[in-house]
Amino acid sequence: MADPKPRVKVPKKAAAGEVITIKTLISHPMESGQRKDKQGNLIPRQIINKFTCEFNGQVVFSCDMDPAVSANPYVEFNAKVNESGTFKFTWVDDDGSVYESENKITVE
Amino acid sequence: MSFTRRQVFGLTIGAAAFVAAGSRVSFAATDQTEEAIKAFTGGAEPKEGTVSLDTPEIAENGNTVPVGVSVESPMTADSFVESVLILADGNPNPAVATFHFTAMSGAAEAKTRIRLAKTQNVIAVAKMNDGSTFIDRKEVKVTIGGCGG
Repeated sequence: MADPKPRVKVPKKAAAGEVITIKTLISHPMESGQRKDKQGNLIPRQIINKFTCEFNGQVVFSCDMDPAVSANPYVEFNAKVNESGTFKFTWVDDDGSVYESENKITVE
Repeated sequence: MSFTRRQVFGLTIGAAAFVAAGSRVSFAATDQTEEAIKAFTGGAEPKEGTVSLDTPEIAENGNTVPVGVSVESPMTADSFVESVLILADGNPNPAVATFHFTAMSGAAEAKTRIRLAKTQNVIAVAKMNDGSTFIDRKEVKVTIGGCGG
């Protein structure tokens, strides 16, 4: 499996107190554990089960995922920004690996 | 043909009873879904309204069905939406995802893409920070199921 690559869209600038929309996507097969291979054996489940967004160390939004989330899980949500800072995005895989991405935002 | 006041009453009540009975039948086969809702709300019966689901009426491909959910809330430190549970009652496992919001979310809205095995109801249950719960259901018609074989 190729290394999951996160892609995140955060506005570079925002006004203080503005509610911004953040779009995130990570390439991941989200193997549901329901599918069978050619020999009829179940392919074991391997999904991203947790996504978290933090702003300056404080959790803004998080999401628990189950196998019914599509491959390359896409999540869109909002955040209210009062100050400049860094958004940190974390995805946790079933196998324990953690994928991270960071985005800076400037508040004017 | 004109209706008297009494007839109109009777019809309305009859129709309401029919709808209620119908919905009970269609959810009887989905105990897992009901259990998941109960576990999420702590046994309380969620009210209609406040939360709204945004789903397509017909999904051509059940592998990626865009689903949006939004909850009416001021989203301040005193009053905000804690979490929203998304369920699909016709999937092998009804759980889809749970969104956790905070007062810093600004607006309780989230979108994602989900898998649907067949035509079924997508359900959103929202829990506020004061413990009250709200529910919304939408039927999505699926042309090609998304569970692979």
